[in-house]
Amino acid sequence: MRGRTHPVEAVAAWLLALIWLAPLAYAFWSALHPAAYATSFSLSAPWTLENFARAWKQAPFARYYLNTIMLVTLVLVGQLILSTLAAYAFARFKFRGSGIAFALVLLQLMIMPDVLIVENYRAIAKLGLLDTIPAIALPYLASAFGIFLLRQTFKSVPQELVEAARVEGAGPLGILWRVYVPLARPTYVAFGLVSVSYHWNNFLWPLIVTNSVEARPLTVGLAVFGAPETGVDWSVITAATVMTMAPLLVAFLLFQRQFVQSFMRAGIR
Amino acid sequence: MAALRHPTTPGMSDLAASSPIPERRAGSQAWWNAVNAWLLLLPAAVLLITFTHYPILATIRHSLFITRRNGTEVFVGLDSYQAMAADPIFWKALVNNFWFALGTIPASIALALVMAIWVNRNMRGRSFLRLAYFTPTVLPMIAVANIWLFFYTPDYGLLDQLRGLFGLAGWNWLGEPSTVMGCLIVMVIWKEAGFFMIFYLAALQQLSPDLDEAASIEGASRWYTFRRITFPLLMPTTLFVAINAVINSFKLVDHLVIMTKGGPNNASTLLLYYIYEVAFTFQDSSYAATLTVVLLVLLSAVALVKFGYLDRRIHYQ
Repeated sequence: MRGRTHPVEAVAAWLLALIWLAPLAYAFWSALHPAAYATSFSLSAPWTLENFARAWKQAPFARYYLNTIMLVTLVLVGQLILSTLAAYAFARFKFRGSGIAFALVLLQLMIMPDVLIVENYRAIAKLGLLDTIPAIALPYLASAFGIFLLRQTFKSVPQELVEAARVEGAGPLGILWRVYVPLARPTYVAFGLVSVSYHWNNFLWPLIVTNSVEARPLTVGLAVFGAPETGVDWSVITAATVMTMAPLLVAFLLFQRQFVQSFMRAGIR
Repeated sequence: MAALRHPTTPGMSDLAASSPIPERRAGSQAWWNAVNAWLLLLPAAVLLITFTHYPILATIRHSLFITRRNGTEVFVGLDSYQAMAADPIFWKALVNNFWFALGTIPASIALALVMAIWVNRNMRGRSFLRLAYFTPTVLPMIAVANIWLFFYTPDYGLLDQLRGLFGLAGWNWLGEPSTVMGCLIVMVIWKEAGFFMIFYLAALQQLSPDLDEAASIEGASRWYTFRRITFPLLMPTTLFVAINAVINSFKLVDHLVIMTKGGPNNASTLLLYYIYEVAFTFQDSSYAATLTVVLLVLLSAVALVKFGYLDRRIHYQ
C-alpha cells in the first residue's frame, strides 16, 4: 500500500533532501576552511578551526553563550512554574469568571509579545530594567501556550488518583505536585523543547531591549558581529553563525524524535 | 462514591463537584475553591496583564496622542491615522506583507505536503529524509539570514558564481527591487516547509491504510487517489497550517535586520519591521503605536477566522 514508490519519486525525494541540506553543508564548509576556499570547493582544501578561534577572539562569544543560557533557563523555569499553577487552576477548579479568564489567556496565542514591542519597551523602561536579561525574559514568562497545553493534559488525569491523594491527606498543592506534575511529564518535555528552541533563536525583542555585551544573547551578538561595517572575514562570520546554531543543532540530532514530536504537539493546539 | 465511578463525566471532573461535601458547607467550599484558583492564577495573570492586555490598550491610546518635545501628551484624535493613510511606506509595507504571504504560504504548504507523503512511505532512508527536511526549522532565523546573505552577495556570492559558470554577469540580488522579495521568499520557504511537513505527517499517519488499499483495488491511479481521497481528508490540516503560516508571515522580520534593512527603497520592508524602524530608529513612538494598531487588527481578523469558523470545521470531521 504505502510501499510502492516509483524510482523517479525516490530520486526526487533524495534530491530535495540534498538541496535542503546544502545551505547548512555550505555553512560548515566555509567555517571549516581558510577564507580562500569560501567559494571554491575542492577535495584538497585544508581543514582548519582557525575561523572559530578568530571569531571567539574578536567578539565576546563566551559571554553571549552565558547570556543565552541564562535567558533560556530563566524563561523556561518561569514559564514552567507559572503555567503549571495557572493550568491547574483552569483544569481542576470551578470558579466564577474562569471562562473569561481563560479566553483572556488565549488572546496571547494570537497577539504575541513579539508584536507589542513598542509598548513593552515602554513598560520595561519604566521598570528600569532596560539592557538586562530579565528584560528579555519578562514578556514571555506567562505563556498562554504553556497554560493551554498543560490544562489539556491536567484535564485527562484520572479522578481516582486525585481522590487517593486526598484521602492520604494531600492539599491542593500536594495533589498538584504528587499527581498532576508527574503524569504531565511528556507535555513538560514537549513544551520545554519548543520554549528553549524559541528563546535560543529569538532575535528582534532582545535586539531592542539590550545594548551591552553583558545582556546580549547569542543571536544579537552574532548580528552585531556580522554587520558589514565591521569588515570581518566571511569565513569568520560563518564560523560565528555555526557556533550560534550548533548547540540546538546537536541537541536536535541527538533527540530527533522528541524534537519532531514536541514541535508537532506544540503546533496542534 | 458515585463520583468515583464516573471520573470522565464532564462537570464531574472538578474538585467542587467530586468531593462529597455536606449541603450547608457547599457555599463556603465554592468560595474557598475560587480563592485557591485565583491565587494559582495570580502570578501568570499579573504578567499577562502587564505585557499583553495593558500594552494592547496602551497601543490604542497612544495612537490617539502625540508626545511633545517637553514630554507632554496632546490628544490629536485620528490625525496619526490620517498621516498613516498618506504614508507611502506604510502602504508599501502592507502590500509587501501581502506578497510575502502569497509567495511563501502556498509554496511551503505544497512542498510540506509532498515531503510528508515521501517521508510517510516505506522508502529507504526515510528518517534521513525527515531529518533533512526538518533541520531548517530548528535554526535561528538570524543564522539562516547570515548564510543566505552570502548566497545572494553580488559577484562573490554563490549564486553569482553559478551565473559566472554560464558566462552571466553578477547581479545584486538583494540590492535590486525586482529580485529582493523573491530572494527572501525562497529563503523563508526553505525555513518553513519542514515545519509544516510534520503536521501533514501526523495527519497522514491517522488516515486509515484501508482507504489506499480500497482505492488501488478499484484500480484508481495514485494521482486520482491523492486528489479525490487523501487531499480532501487532509483539508483540516491544510487550513490549520495555512492559518499558522499567515500569523507567522506577520512575525517573520528578523532576517530583514541583517539582510536588507527593508530596502532597497523599502522594496522588502514588512509591517512589523516598519514598526520597529519607526519606533526605534526614528523614535516616533506614537506613530509606531498607530501602525501597531493596524497589525493588531490584522491579527485579530485572523483570530476570528481561526476560532470562529475553522476550529468548528477542523475538530468535528
